[in-house]
Amino acid sequence: MYPSSFDYRRASSVQEAIAMLSSDEDAKVLAGGHSLIPLMKLRLASPSMLVDIGRISNLSYVRKEGSQVAIGALTRHRDVETSELLAHEVPILSKVAGQIGDPSVRHVGTIGGSTAHGDGAADFPAALLALGATMVAEGPSGRREIAASEFFKGFLETALAPDEILTEIRVPTGFTKYAFQKFNRRAQDWAIVGVVAVRGERTNVGFINMGPTPLRATAVEERLSAGASVEEAAAVADEGTSPSADINASVEYRRHLARVLVKRALSELG
Amino acid sequence: MRVEVTVNGQERVADVEPRTLLVHLLREHFALTGTNVGCDTSSCGACTVLLDGESVKSCTVLAAQADGRAVTTIEGLADLDGTLHPLQRAFQENHALQCGYCTPGMVMVSMSILAEHDTLDEATVREGLEGNLCRCTGYHNIVKAVLAAKEAMGASR
Repeated sequence: MYPSSFDYRRASSVQEAIAMLSSDEDAKVLAGGHSLIPLMKLRLASPSMLVDIGRISNLSYVRKEGSQVAIGALTRHRDVETSELLAHEVPILSKVAGQIGDPSVRHVGTIGGSTAHGDGAADFPAALLALGATMVAEGPSGRREIAASEFFKGFLETALAPDEILTEIRVPTGFTKYAFQKFNRRAQDWAIVGVVAVRGERTNVGFINMGPTPLRATAVEERLSAGASVEEAAAVADEGTSPSADINASVEYRRHLARVLVKRALSELG
Repeated sequence: MRVEVTVNGQERVADVEPRTLLVHLLREHFALTGTNVGCDTSSCGACTVLLDGESVKSCTVLAAQADGRAVTTIEGLADLDGTLHPLQRAFQENHALQCGYCTPGMVMVSMSILAEHDTLDEATVREGLEGNLCRCTGYHNIVKAVLAAKEAMGASR
């Protein structure tokens, strides 16, 4: 399967990439390409131009900045998985990264690419939402920060403008307890439903594949902060979600999984 | 567009459409047909090659993304005189192939597993192979072969 034809431009800096994007409204950003290229091969996406940012050298890093860890958008899943700093400061991200796709996918896919793709069925977006991460975007009018809660807008739709590039993801430290429940049938599959739970001063819970966007399990979080037990909180886990049916699961089964997996995740937190 | 790739240690150049996938660059432009296309959706791993020493699924990488980088395919493992790489020998000795279709991908991802781990146990090998499917379900001997290769390569160092 070939993608349909496109122009290919390779950017050597973020500024150059923004200028290229501004020149063509149907252009798309190529990072690792492991979300975009499959869509293009299926002809679900047919951009007129790809702006390859994969060679911009200063966008791959993990560094501590105060009470946050800054992760460059081109940091690959493999690098998130094996980062000692993240294992220590934001361990949920190492855990989640290590279960995305398979090792060969993790050698290429990037945290920025996965996040900018904004798939409600992907693992990183839900984890970043649960962590309350901040997305840093750069565009023609400069740099802006977008809260994760404002970032995921709809099915494969984010708050990024067509000529903006996600350059950095900032995640808070302090969520020392964590649990990741990814339910699937085979090791490399997407989650049929996934739950990311993190606990620091408060407990945040994110859902994978319980709607067109990643979701926070708001009902669970509210019950927990009101003093409810794990069982009571998990019983309402699917409130406010809108899962879809597919070959793997019906809507009702996904709702059931959400309740069961939230219970498992919260129990794991202790 | 012009792409320059170091393939199995040799500089290769091709003029390709930007939409050309790495696997087609290898098979159709460079006539290296050892790399197979299986599912064509980055699920099965039949097309696995090394890009700068790390396993990638070449059906989901553009030739343009490999421009200026080093690719190793199954053809690049044996010595010029035909002496098999220890990993290839381990596959042969452990009967780690049945129909053989997944084998080039299995060998290449195993190169990455061997490179990334100083020591290997069965669980690590199985996790490392999770993105490569064998429709003959011959996993048991593949895992044995990777472990045997690790031992052989350790001993020869």
